[in-house]
Parts: sequence; structure tokens; C-alpha cells
Amino acid sequence: MNLTVPSSASVSVKDLSLDFGAVSVLKALNLDIAEGEFVVLLGPSGCGKSTLLNCIAGLLDISDGRIFIKGRNVTWQEPAERGIGMVFQSYALYPQMTVEKNLSFGLSVAGTPKDEIARRIARAAEILQIEPLLQRKPAALSGGQRQRVAIGRALVRDVDVFLFDEPLSNLDAKLRSELRVEIKLLHRKLKNTMIYVTHDQIEAMTLADRIAVMRGGVIQQFDAPPVIYNRPVNRFVAGFLGSPGMNFLEGRLEGGEGGWHFAADGISIPLSTYGFERNPQAGPAAFGIRPEHIALNSGEDWPFSMTATVEVVEPMGSDTLVWLLVAGQKFSVRVSAERAPSAGDTVTIGFDPMRASLFDGEAGKRI
Amino acid sequence: MRSQSERPNPLFRNLNAKIASIPMVLTALVVFVGGTAWTVLYSFTNSKLLPRWKFVGLDQYERLWSTPRWLVSIENLFIYGALSLIFSFVIGFLLAAMLDRKIRFEDTFRTIFLYPFALSFIVTGLVWQWLLNPDFGVQHVVRLLGWESFTFNPLYDRQLVIYGILIAALWQGTGLIMCLMLAGLRSIDEDIWKAARVDGIPVWKTYLFIVIPMLRPVFVTTLVIIASAIVKVYDLVVAQTGGGPGHASEVPAKYVYDYMFLGQNLGQGFAASTMMLLSVVIVIVPWAYLEFGRRGRR
Amino acid sequence: MNVATADTAADGPRGRKPRRMLSRRNIILYGTLFVVAVYYLLPLYVMVVTSLKGMPEIRLGHIFAPPVEITFQPWVKAWAQACTGLNCDGLSRGFWNSVRITVPSVLLSIAIASVNGYALANWRFKGAEVFFTILIVGAFIPYQVMLYPIVIILREMGLYGTLTGLVLVHSIFGMPILTLLFRNYFTALPEELFKAARVDGAGFWGIYLRIMLPMSLPVFVVAVIIQITGIWNDFLFGVVYTKPDLYPMTVQLNNIVNSVQGVKEYNVNMAATLLTGLVPLLVYFVSGKLFVRGIAAGAVKG
Repeated sequence: MNLTVPSSASVSVKDLSLDFGAVSVLKALNLDIAEGEFVVLLGPSGCGKSTLLNCIAGLLDISDGRIFIKGRNVTWQEPAERGIGMVFQSYALYPQMTVEKNLSFGLSVAGTPKDEIARRIARAAEILQIEPLLQRKPAALSGGQRQRVAIGRALVRDVDVFLFDEPLSNLDAKLRSELRVEIKLLHRKLKNTMIYVTHDQIEAMTLADRIAVMRGGVIQQFDAPPVIYNRPVNRFVAGFLGSPGMNFLEGRLEGGEGGWHFAADGISIPLSTYGFERNPQAGPAAFGIRPEHIALNSGEDWPFSMTATVEVVEPMGSDTLVWLLVAGQKFSVRVSAERAPSAGDTVTIGFDPMRASLFDGEAGKRI
Repeated sequence: MRSQSERPNPLFRNLNAKIASIPMVLTALVVFVGGTAWTVLYSFTNSKLLPRWKFVGLDQYERLWSTPRWLVSIENLFIYGALSLIFSFVIGFLLAAMLDRKIRFEDTFRTIFLYPFALSFIVTGLVWQWLLNPDFGVQHVVRLLGWESFTFNPLYDRQLVIYGILIAALWQGTGLIMCLMLAGLRSIDEDIWKAARVDGIPVWKTYLFIVIPMLRPVFVTTLVIIASAIVKVYDLVVAQTGGGPGHASEVPAKYVYDYMFLGQNLGQGFAASTMMLLSVVIVIVPWAYLEFGRRGRR
Repeated sequence: MNVATADTAADGPRGRKPRRMLSRRNIILYGTLFVVAVYYLLPLYVMVVTSLKGMPEIRLGHIFAPPVEITFQPWVKAWAQACTGLNCDGLSRGFWNSVRITVPSVLLSIAIASVNGYALANWRFKGAEVFFTILIVGAFIPYQVMLYPIVIILREMGLYGTLTGLVLVHSIFGMPILTLLFRNYFTALPEELFKAARVDGAGFWGIYLRIMLPMSLPVFVVAVIIQITGIWNDFLFGVVYTKPDLYPMTVQLNNIVNSVQGVKEYNVNMAATLLTGLVPLLVYFVSGKLFVRGIAAGAVKG
């Protein structure tokens, strides 16, 4: 097989489609992942992210397209031949075997020499700090320890690509954030390509070199986390990331004397600082701005400012969310705790449309 | 109006639930505990046509264990029990594993393998009596095909008759075992199979080293179900052979019935049924200990 | 950025991995299943063809041969004329006896067990678990141990040898499995439902009739399936607790087929056997998946 694929690509998916009967789960999907990159597949449940991962692993038969790993066409290969290691949400440890046996079983079936197996287990155990657990059975481990062993099972296979299928979803919040850091460190240490499926945007933002946001079997946007967060390509991506989500105003994009501006329910936002993605056209549009990009009673001069009445104040500990009505629509503003107003106060808000996102009315695409 | 300080009689608390449980309490105490105790107690008497409280110690048991018919029954029970246990497990598991391989027509196959279980032992016994009939059945058909000397006549052969019953019992019961095992296989996390595939473990090794060890609880439950069914085997023998030829296919349950209701020798019946109880206890108690004893109560 | 790299290579594996329907694995797998399926179906087939042949044809041919001349005479004879002892009115007598036994037994046993399971699940009282444990353990006691004490109890009640007595016996021995079934089902229902009903002032029977019953149709169907097949197929209790006139179908069938007098009419015997198996088979094929659920429920431990 003499196939030319981008030399830098570690995993490459070409025109991948998957149908279950009449239902199309993945639609002509393309994805190129660079060597050593940490890519997160992010999306709501049912968006096809786990399905895509299972296709890359070879656990699902695809309907059309090709998959390359390290330049090899692996489309028809068995999972074990693809040079991948996989970590599952339910850990999928073999319950009747000790941790050591869990790590070694695949290798011994493959006929790896004994001393090589021992060497690899020792290395994995050291990296993951599970040496004291080697003789235990999975039932005697905590959730975090089990997940470490599951990662270890992928580690001993000495593979090019690691696949993670929602590995932290079964853990409680505290453990989840701890293991998140560990996975990040592991990636820094190993420098392997990693593909990681999650529905948790914080995991995605913190771990990824690039995030692929998916919906309905289609990749919506594939880019570095700050780009995804700050310049979402459509309303779906804009709304899916961030908590609370981006504030939206429905209105119209209008041209005229003073340049382009956005008009909604009695207010008009000048767009002279906004960086248009494409040539704007007058018509219905949505204006989105994140809660932390709005200033409250700042006293500074903003390209746009107005007064509003505070409806509800939600203290979050580190900061406070202030809810108010802007042009008849609920807006959240993030302020530091000591600057929080009280409900019923009249406040001035201001922001720079440079930080905002504009989407067209029909397809919700970025303008 | 009841005053605050007066405590209601605890007997009347939750009264409706207690009324609803009366049948259960009566069944548990009078029939299960009382009836069992009564039978065990009267097995030490020389009751004949009617139960008679004349204590004779272990006489009935001595007579029981020196009756050839009882010894044959026990021997049969052991042969039948051991073989039906082994074959039910092996066949049931293999069928379940095959159905679990994401095959087409799974429902059709399962329906076919399980339908005999809906039939009574009487029907089962009579059908197999006909199939194994030496003059018309399998033996006759094979001879018609040209193998003149072929002999397969278990129901009229003292040595083989218990195997003839075994064939019928397996036909009737393996579907159930298959269903239990299939339910067990289906309860195994799909990710385990995926992990094994990523690890490159062949299917048969996955079964042998990963899946089968995981099914231990299902196997234990199945074992108990099969074992308690084996001890009770009765109707099948009555229908298929009537215990014959001679007493060659007698089983303990039939011994009990015949002595109690036909032989007018209640004492023997009581002693024999107590022995049946004992054999069940030997199976059940270790199981209950393993299942519930170790982990405390559920 | 999502740069689509030019797909320079046109060849190389693409799309679904081709799978041959006739791979060695499939031949072995489906071949085995098919052979086993034939083995399981064979007795049913033999019953049907034998029951449709005349006796001369049976004597000349073999059991697997399809009937040359189809006759329904054996069925008529099995239903209306076959003899047991002095009665020569066929299996119909046993059929109607079985109906008269099965219907009230199913209703009574399910009524008792569902209310009892409901009480155990939602209205636990002190000692309830003890009795329940005895009940479940009792299910493993060989019936033979309790046969005679029940004879005495029924005789004292004046019910020995009557259908009522047999109905009672079936209700007693159906209790462990059914109570377990209902208890587990009601326990699995959300407890808030029960609590909300209590806060609304409903009592023991009100909650049972108005909340639990309407939500429990599936489990009642499963219970009906278990009981119909179990009671219809019973032989031991029928032969012990009734008189020849009142024998259920299984007992009468056995007496017809295994009677030593007269010439063996295999076609009539097979027609009679099929007739007896018809009711549970019908239940089985109609209920489908629910039958399997019933079996699973029976196997699940408390």
C-alpha cells in the first residue's frame, strides 16, 4: 500500500460515513490529526462523537471512507492491528484478573516475551503510580484507581494513538478534575497522539490542543480551544460552550451612514470595531456576547453602553453572575464578587463589539 | 379519639399488610415448616395405611436402604443428575454463546430451542417414548436406511433406560438453561468485549478467560435450579417408562409416591421423602451460605 | 483549521470491510444452529405427522414419513372416544377439568401473591422478611415431603379429592415464585409514587388498586404465563389430590397412552399428546418475549 497522506498526520479520517440501516450516524466526515496532538471530540449525546472514536478504533464497521493511522490505511484492519490503545468509560477491566494480569493479558496472548512484558508493566505502573495495586483485583480498587489501570492497559501496548471514550464520566467531580490534570501530564510525558471523547466542555477546553465540536454526525468546528470559544463558526458552537452560555440578542443587521450596526428592540449597537468574517448583508441576525465580556458600572468609555435593571444576582463564590434585561432578553454578566450590585439596582453595562459574535438569521453562521 | 400518650397496640399497626400476608404466613408455617416437620417426624414411625404415632426409630431407613428398588432409584438419580448437569451446562452455554454472536434469526432460533420447555414432562415423556419405540422409531428408521444391525433401544434395555430418559429431559430443559446463560451473557458490559478486541484477544480466549469467569453467579444460580429440578424428576419417568423395564428406571420421587399412595406403606414413603429433602439440603445449604452468608444480608 | 488534504491515493481499502456470508465461521455457526434447531423441532414434527396417519400406514412406514393419506380421525377419537378405565368419553373430560382447575388457580394464586408482594415491598412489618425467607426456602423443598400432610389438611377441611382442594394446592405452591416476582417488581417502582399517594391520604387497598395495579400490567401478564403453563402441565398434584372423574388433562393423557389394555393406537396417542400440549404451546408462541421474561424472573434470586 503506497499511500500518500499528509506526513504530519497521525490519524487521518477521509470521507467517513456510517449508516445503521436508514439512519445516517456519521456523514462524509474528514479529520486530520497531527502527530502528538491532543484532540477532543466534543458534543451533546447522540452527536456521533463516540461512534467516530469506535470507527477509528475499528470496533464499528464503517459504511464508506478511509481511515489512516501513521500513514497506514487501517480501514479494514482489526482493532488490535491498528496500533491503538483505548480507555473506556466503564473502565472495562477484566474483573477476575489482578491488575497485573489485566495489563499483561493482551501482550501474552500476542506472544510478547515475558521479560518484555515485565518491563512494560513496570514502566506503566511507574508512570501511573499503580505499583502497590498490581496484585489487587479491580473490585478492590477505587474509581480513580480503576481508570488509572485502564489507562495502563492502553499504555503497555506501546501504541501510537490513545483513544479515550468519556474516561472520566463515571467519576465524581473532585476525582474528575484530579485525573484531568493527570491525563494532561501523561500526554506531556508521552507525547503520543490522543483522541478524547467527552461531553464536558471544561475537559475539552483544558485538555485539548484542538477541539472538534460535533453535532448530528457532522464536525461543526475543528480548532484550538480559544478560537472555538471566542470565534465560534455558528450559533450551535457558540451556545454549546461556556457556562452560562453566550448572551444572544435577536435583531437586524443594518448598514447606513455610520457604518454597520445591529438593531434590536430600541437599541443600536455600532459594529465599527467588529471583525467581519465575510461581507455583511442587511437582514435578520443574532448578536452574541459572553457574560465576561460585558463590563458593569466600569466608568470607562465603551463603544456601546446602556442602562439596565438588575433582576437576579447569583453569587458563585469566585465571582458573581448578574442577570438583567437587555432589549427584552435575559442577559448574564460576570463580575467580581465585591463589585456585585443588588437586585433592583439600575446599572450601566458596556462592551466592545470586537469581542462579540454575529450570526446570520437563517443558518446561524458567523458573519 | 385516641389520646396522645396511649400507644396503639403494635399488633394492629399496619394491620392491612398483615391481613394480606396471612396466606403467606399460613403457607410458610403450616405447609412448609409444619408439613416438613410432620413428615420427618412420621418417618420414624411404622405408619402403614394411615399415619400412626408408633415410634420405631430408624427402622424405616434401614428397610429403605436395604430395598433394591430404592438403591436403583438412588443410582439412577446420580447417573441422571450428573449427566444432566454436565450436558445442560455445556449445551445450554454453547447455544447461548452462539445466539450471543449477533446472528440473524436469533429470535427464531431461541423460540425453537425453548418451546419444549413450555411442554409438560408427560407430553415430553410420551413423545420420546414414541420416538424411541424400537419397532417404529429411530432404530427402525436407521435400519430402513440400510444399517440392519443398528440397535438403539434404550427404553427396553435395563442398562440404557436412564439415558433414554436423559435424552428427553435434555430436550425439554436445555432451552431454559440457554435462556439463563444468554441473559448472563447479555449482562456483560459491551466495553469488555471491545477492550478484548483492542487487546487482540481471540473470541474463544475471551470466553474462556474473561467471560466465563464473569458468569460465575449465573452458573451458581443455574446449578441450583438444575439440581433442585433433578431431585424432583417424576412425571417424565412415569410417562416415558413407568419406572420400567422392571425397576430399572425408578427414581426416588416415584418411590415416594408409589409407597405412599399405592403401596399403603406410608412410613417408607415418609422415610424416602425425608432422604430427598436431605439431598436438597446438601445442595442448597452450601449455596445459600456462599450467596448470602459471606456478604451478610443482601 | 480544518484543512482538507487532497486525497492523492485512489486505491487502498475503502468503506465497509467486505464480509463473505459463507465464511468458515458462519458455516459452522449457522450450520450448528440449524442442525440443533432441526433436532429440537423433530419431536413436534413426528407428533403432528403421526397424529394425521391411519394405523395401517404407521405399521408400514416409519415415524418421519409424512402422511400419505391425511386423516383427522385420530384427533376426533382422542378428543371424544379414547378410554381411561371405564370412561370412554375421550380427553375432552380432562381438558375441561384442567380448565376448571387452571382458571381459578391462576386467579387465586395471583391475587394472593400480588397483594402479598405489595405488602412486602411497601408495607414492611416486623417479621415479614422471616416468613418470606421461609417461603422462598420452601420452594426448594421437594413436594414429596409435603404431599401427605396436605392430604390430611384437605381431608380435615373436607376438600380432599375435589377441584377446590387442588386449586388451593396450586395457590400454595405458586406462592413462592409469584410473591418473589411481585415483591421485586413493586420494590423496583419509584418509592416517591407510594409516598405521594400516602400523603394524599390513600390507604393500603386504595394504593394497591388505584396506583399499583394500573402500573403493573406487564408483571401480571408474566405471572399469568408462569401460572397457566405451570398448572396446566402439572401431573403430581392432579394425581394425588383429585379422583379419576376429576383428573386434569395430563393425568388422563398418561392413563390413555400408558394403559395396558387393548391395541396401542399410536396415532390417537400422539393426537392426544398434541392436544394436551396445545394450550401451553399456544401461550408460549403468543407471549413470546414475555415468556422469556417470566423464566428470567423465576431464576432471579431475591
